[in-house]
Amino acid sequence: MAKSMTSQRPVDWHQDIFDVLIAHNISIVAHVPDAGHGPLINKCEAHSEMQTVTLTTEQDGVGLLSGAWAGGRKGVLLMQSSGVGNTINALALPSICRIPFLTIVTMRGEWGEFIPWQVPMGQGTPKVLEAMGVRLFRVDASEDVGSAVEAAVNSAYNTRQSAAVLLSQKMIGAKQFKQR
Amino acid sequence: MLHRRPTVSFLLEDRPANLLAVSGLGSSTWDLSAAGDNSCNFGFIGAMGQAAPFALGLALAQPEKRVVLFTGDGEILMSLGILATIANLAPENLSLVVLDNEAYSETGGQPTATAGPTDLEQVAKGAGFTNTQSVTHDSALPALREMIRGTRGPHFANIKIVAEELPLVFPYSFDGVTAINRFRDAATA
Repeated sequence: MAKSMTSQRPVDWHQDIFDVLIAHNISIVAHVPDAGHGPLINKCEAHSEMQTVTLTTEQDGVGLLSGAWAGGRKGVLLMQSSGVGNTINALALPSICRIPFLTIVTMRGEWGEFIPWQVPMGQGTPKVLEAMGVRLFRVDASEDVGSAVEAAVNSAYNTRQSAAVLLSQKMIGAKQFKQR
Repeated sequence: MLHRRPTVSFLLEDRPANLLAVSGLGSSTWDLSAAGDNSCNFGFIGAMGQAAPFALGLALAQPEKRVVLFTGDGEILMSLGILATIANLAPENLSLVVLDNEAYSETGGQPTATAGPTDLEQVAKGAGFTNTQSVTHDSALPALREMIRGTRGPHFANIKIVAEELPLVFPYSFDGVTAINRFRDAATA
């Protein structure tokens, strides 16, 4: 697909995600740190009205955001595909209570991956999320990130569903590893 | 050793309107229901390990209210990392009360780690909680009740309770949507 000829600025998809979160008053950003999400996490930490929460395991983000919604606040869980597997049983909570749940996942193990251990969960991520009733919004091009996140936010918070944006490894760029 | 039902009932007696109570999967939810139905209660009947994260999210979203979690030793043992997360965020309005019978009582009484050398108060301390206690006598309950309602938190109380079989007391609704809608209306009122 040809790149847009009308857009002059280079796409800053982290900024695009941040702008959508701000526009929708999403104020709790829970995460297990990931390099792909790094610039977004930094923007959120620097914003006075956003609260970032560093988790020890991704599953706790499901309960945390569910409790926050019960208390009237909206949030998002940022994680890597390897973390998706940790959340599976916890996803019963938003599913059975129809609590809005929003996550943005950076994909590993699918395009140019160097580390074999990333492949099983990377390949399994879409299947297990769908098996738990989570709607997927997959993004392969940086210029589509903002609209995909917007659609996922609306799916989660307007229709009380679980929604995941999957940011493809092809778009993010595979992490490079070199031995010294 | 204390008895779980009178303990929970005592801690919630004449509760203030701003006290939100969450209970973890299993016996703790039956205990919370037995203490009396209240729109400010939300009891887990699944998603083991998620009650403490839920209570944390609630406490962050409603800083003007008090949040108390009642859960079991088995349930909290599934998600010990949340203790580190809570200690780091240090929400002043959150109290964790563990009803520790040293057993998985819902599944036949198999011993948990606390039947062995594991001490949950020490785990909480190591995670970074500065206000912790182990309760082995009901003389400690009046002070704990006051703490839940007004003292700057977060608190962690591990209450050693008798392993006993009690009649199940079901919460307001087994339907999650019905339960969370009522709770959210009350919590955000």
